[in-house]
Amino acid sequence: MIPGIGTLTQDTLWCFSQVKGTIEIGTTEADIISTVEFNHTGELLATGDKGGRVVIFQREQESKNQVHRRGEYNVYSTFQSHEPEFDYLKSLEIEEKINKIRWLPQQNAAYFLLSTNDKTVKLWKVSERDKRPEGYNLKDEEGRLRDPATITTLRVPVLRPMDLMVEATPRRVFANAHTYHINSISVNSDYETYMSADDLRINLWNFEITNQSFNIVDIKPANMEELTEVITAAEFHPHHCNTFVYSSSKGTIRLCDMRASALCDRHTKFFEEPEDPSNRSFFSEIISSISDVKFSHSGRYIMTRDYLTVKVWDLNMENRPIETYQVHDYLRSKLCSLYENDCIFDKFECVWNGSDSVIMTGSYNNFFRMFDRNTKRDVTLEASRENSKPRAILKPRKVCVGGKRRKDEISVDSLDFSKKILHTAWHPSENIIAVAATNNLYIFQDKVN
Amino acid sequence: MLSKGLKRKREEEEEKEHLAVDAWWLDPGHASVAQAPPAVASSSLFDLSVLKLHHSLQQSEPDLRHLVLVVNTLRRIQASMAPAAALPPVPSPPAAPSVADNLLASSDAALSASMASLLEDLSHIEGLSQAPQPLADEGPPGRSIGGAAPSLGALDLLGPATGCLLDDGLEGLFEDIDTSMYDNELWAPASEGLKPGPEDGPGKEEAPELDEAELDYLMDVLVGTQALERPPGPGR
Repeated sequence: MIPGIGTLTQDTLWCFSQVKGTIEIGTTEADIISTVEFNHTGELLATGDKGGRVVIFQREQESKNQVHRRGEYNVYSTFQSHEPEFDYLKSLEIEEKINKIRWLPQQNAAYFLLSTNDKTVKLWKVSERDKRPEGYNLKDEEGRLRDPATITTLRVPVLRPMDLMVEATPRRVFANAHTYHINSISVNSDYETYMSADDLRINLWNFEITNQSFNIVDIKPANMEELTEVITAAEFHPHHCNTFVYSSSKGTIRLCDMRASALCDRHTKFFEEPEDPSNRSFFSEIISSISDVKFSHSGRYIMTRDYLTVKVWDLNMENRPIETYQVHDYLRSKLCSLYENDCIFDKFECVWNGSDSVIMTGSYNNFFRMFDRNTKRDVTLEASRENSKPRAILKPRKVCVGGKRRKDEISVDSLDFSKKILHTAWHPSENIIAVAATNNLYIFQDKVN
Repeated sequence: MLSKGLKRKREEEEEKEHLAVDAWWLDPGHASVAQAPPAVASSSLFDLSVLKLHHSLQQSEPDLRHLVLVVNTLRRIQASMAPAAALPPVPSPPAAPSVADNLLASSDAALSASMASLLEDLSHIEGLSQAPQPLADEGPPGRSIGGAAPSLGALDLLGPATGCLLDDGLEGLFEDIDTSMYDNELWAPASEGLKPGPEDGPGKEEAPELDEAELDYLMDVLVGTQALERPPGPGR
């Protein structure tokens, strides 16, 4: 933990850095960003969209001349990860939307990432090529075969520099292991295995083996009529390769130890907060449904996101979270309407900063929120084109609940519920964040003094 | 209350028109909304939930999380309405108990039955897709249909806890073959439709594209699923 880095004190000011994506109003659905993820060094930033494409941005080297501008992210590679498919047996279309991207730690010059849609996980290798061999004996410069009879001398091909080319190749395809929709993938700390979770099952894979996976969690009831709960998210512990957690639609988190048994249907720990009787409503269960679960970098805590709050849990305390942060409590009285228009089912993600001192999550109206766990301060910021001047400092936003609305506040009834920030990412060691607002990707940095 | 930028789903808009709704609970100014909701749900909330459930189930592949949450919410609403019917008529609102009565009488059994049968359908679809192939999941070599191997859903090649499916399962799979399937005229020449039943039309159109090998493969697959689908006992 680096003191000073990542604390949201009064001095931290967030500035606009970049925005990627088109400005037009009538954007195609395919461009909607569905996942955002920094790699382990923060050098690369990957996005997946509804059209099955992956775009990777690379941070350019910081130049000594432009100290005020930290490295910008520019497009490094773009490729089509998943295509729409048709399941002939069920007569169903399988969406190509990328649900999650997870990076593997870098072990050589190439980069590896996992990307998944509803049914299939793929391992992609992204590598650079900046040299090519020239001077083949049997082929000419265009690659055509030469007639051996015309060859009178032999030469050794040499490697000559060429324009940098970044290639993405699918190295593994992990298919046919999920009946239901995959919601999570998580790389294990052993770097040899990973898990994929759908609504009812979690499978463990070895990166080298694509035709087999181990089922480690199965909550499908014998009789589907008895189904009352689904898996909503899952993640491996960052250091203990035998431990993982998964969250449910009933607001519970289960921690499992794979050493205990092959099928982890019996949890090692069960995290659930008792329901607050004063807040009970018909929508209690829906708003308690956990949409994301993330281990802290330290591995000591887990963070969960439900519809109205973000909670931090200590792994050693199962009966309640140690911290609860209200994301947009003003929506509590609007749950009926949000149920009617299905917004109550929106799945927001949450992220830790590098030092686990600040957490961030999205909201509506292109607002996103940050909570400093130490100072207990929080801030609401907005990702919008209006605040998109280079190095413009983001002004904190405030939602007015009732009574007199101040000048810069926005009233609850004016919030745009079609502008939702579901996906955000935080650089692993610096104060750089990526915020996905529909089809635009915003990158913000803290102000460099 | 809903902002101008909000897009409603077209279907839900149409459904809303059909609802005879007294939308008092939508009004943010209404006292009840700000406080805890009434112990008895309004019938419009119940109707809305039923509509959501049907809408969800009508999708070719329902979002299971959405479905489960709506069903659970509906059960809660239903549970809260049941005691209201048993109570003596309350002065206000006078319409509520009788409405609840009618709803419960007509819809409770029907709702449970329809929810049950719809969830059952889901499980049968899932059962179909779970048919394990006798070969590795890369697909039987040399066989493909339309260039894409059909994805047969979960190939649960389970770990040590449950043993190897392939070793013991093959016998069981083919034990109970209904050979009348082969006699079925639908399976005779390749020009006949693929699927029996109401999908004869589209089946017949696409059949000429398939050759004998592909048809054989499909038959193998369906024989496997047929055997699995055959549940013991009466009824379905």
